[in-house]
Amino acid sequence: MPTIRIDQPTVGQTPQSLGLNLSWTKTEQEAITRTLAKYPQDRQRSAVIPLLHIAQRKCNEWLPVDAMQLVADTLDLPYIRVYEVASFYTMFNLKPVGKHHVQVCTNCACLIRGSDAIVSEVKSHTGLTASGETSKDGEFTFTEVECLGACVAAPMMQIGTHYYTHLTPEKTREILTHLQNGGDPAKYADTAPTQDADPIHNGKYGQ
Amino acid sequence: MPLPRLKPEDKCFPNLDGAGDWSIKGYEKRGGYKGLKKLLQTPQLEHIEKLKQSGLRGRGGAGFPTGMKWSFMPQPKLDEKGKLIPLTKPSYLVCNADEGEPGTCKDRDILRYDPHTLVEGMIVGCYTLNAKVGYIYVRGEYYDESSHLQQAINEAYASGYLGKNIMGTGVDVDLHVHLGAGAYICGEETALLESLEGKKGQPRLKPPFPAGFGLYGCPTTINNVETIAQVPPILKNPLEWFTRWGRPGNSGTKIFSISGSVNKPCNVEAPMSIPLRELIEEYAGGVIGGWDNLQAIIPGGSSTPMLNAETSGRVLMDFDALKAESTGLGTAAIVVMDKSVDVLRVMTRIAGFYHHESCGQCTPCREGVGWVHRLMERLSQGDGTIDELDQLFALTKKIEGRTICAFADGAMWPTQGTLKHFRHLFEERIKAKQSAA
Repeated sequence: MPTIRIDQPTVGQTPQSLGLNLSWTKTEQEAITRTLAKYPQDRQRSAVIPLLHIAQRKCNEWLPVDAMQLVADTLDLPYIRVYEVASFYTMFNLKPVGKHHVQVCTNCACLIRGSDAIVSEVKSHTGLTASGETSKDGEFTFTEVECLGACVAAPMMQIGTHYYTHLTPEKTREILTHLQNGGDPAKYADTAPTQDADPIHNGKYGQ
Repeated sequence: MPLPRLKPEDKCFPNLDGAGDWSIKGYEKRGGYKGLKKLLQTPQLEHIEKLKQSGLRGRGGAGFPTGMKWSFMPQPKLDEKGKLIPLTKPSYLVCNADEGEPGTCKDRDILRYDPHTLVEGMIVGCYTLNAKVGYIYVRGEYYDESSHLQQAINEAYASGYLGKNIMGTGVDVDLHVHLGAGAYICGEETALLESLEGKKGQPRLKPPFPAGFGLYGCPTTINNVETIAQVPPILKNPLEWFTRWGRPGNSGTKIFSISGSVNKPCNVEAPMSIPLRELIEEYAGGVIGGWDNLQAIIPGGSSTPMLNAETSGRVLMDFDALKAESTGLGTAAIVVMDKSVDVLRVMTRIAGFYHHESCGQCTPCREGVGWVHRLMERLSQGDGTIDELDQLFALTKKIEGRTICAFADGAMWPTQGTLKHFRHLFEERIKAKQSAA
């Protein structure tokens, strides 16, 4: 895992390369081969989003220019074709995020069932004041997000890949403390993830 | 008299509540994959004809008849000597699992609790549409859910239900999961295709329609998760099994997601045309504080205009009944608001959602949706004049219907619905602010 510098590009500016000199590891290379096999030979551009997911996992859940360049080189595309996709989709972070990216849904169903209390609990626990901020110690990023599609289990939040549902302020605090202490993220997750299929690496976990 | 509750054998999704085993063992025990071989040996046109007769309408929001949609796809013809002329281009079946409409969460439960219903649907669908490859586009946030789906696909390969020459029938089907990355607009079918091709998810102009020119320029059909998963049970059972539920033109069963101010929010499969009040009281534990505490209901996901309490008490949940109330069934995601909820705040939040999600391709939407959001933010606080309410309404009418896709329409309807039913709330707040000043 390369060390990522935290000096970050400002949104709206063309971000600069950080000179990280990235390359794929063997595991990642295998994941890419499996991914590319899904699409017709002459349509490898389809793999832009899947490869960006792999790149984002490689770089601590955000995409420095170098990672986007690596994806572009892998698919033999101009850099802009990758950058325009990365900047279009909200799941791609063009700025560094904390170790735990806390995304609280505040859309209609969650709002009705009390997402305000969850937001203020997250803010007071992490010391963050606004959506999009990252704590100084790099532990938490808090983002208010749009509907995550778990409306019958509202209010809810997503941290990393897991959904945490039926939240109360107490439960929220418990989860955040648990994660801060290095606990297993799956413990409170709403859907028990299966160990046999990793949708990003297209294989078993850890493969 | 309330409608009878569906028995497990009446349901397309018997494990929707997640009580049973979601892996292939559990699915086979519930009768899954039984009769698949026979379906793969029946002529394709018979399947399409039966789907047409079943009256199945798309479950993703628009309610387009599925049988008709499938009949637009090219089928191989015979030449004069009776020899099959193969199709020149490959066909594709794409499943839209980019569920993002606020209020809607039915596909998530299908993916995590009954993923094999979708896999079997994709197998039958690919065969019927002559597609050798099917893609399932799952929204990127559904990471744990798509891992269930991927495992289901792996299990189906291992059991010989997927791959080359399925169960000796000569049918080849490969399924691939493609994760999205967080864009509501990719739920629009042509935007989904763009995204699947590795581009920004911006809708295409239609025509050409995907059935002629879709994924990679090849004939493509795009259907919602629920629609595809309902196909195998419809084809396996007698026609009557499906058409006995609901009113004509709205037949079958449907998953309703009931969220908001109800005692037991849930996803439930129920007959179509069920009265809205019965649905909420029978399955969702009733409105918090009783039916009289009801203020408004969004009947089909955030894009559909809301209903007031009085209409909610008598309306039936199907495509035609809700259309008659100038709203829609949409994805059948019911968001209930009781009297303690600030309706204007909720609707402003929804306007903000559309502001955030506009893809930026068409000017009326890119600029207008943000404008509507800002107006809603101000007027819902009572900052403004009564005239501005008319201006807001006129503005929504100037955005609606002037864009490439239906996103802008769906973004304007909720605001129009708010103005129709809750204009008095705006007026009260504006007057209160004015008299305080």
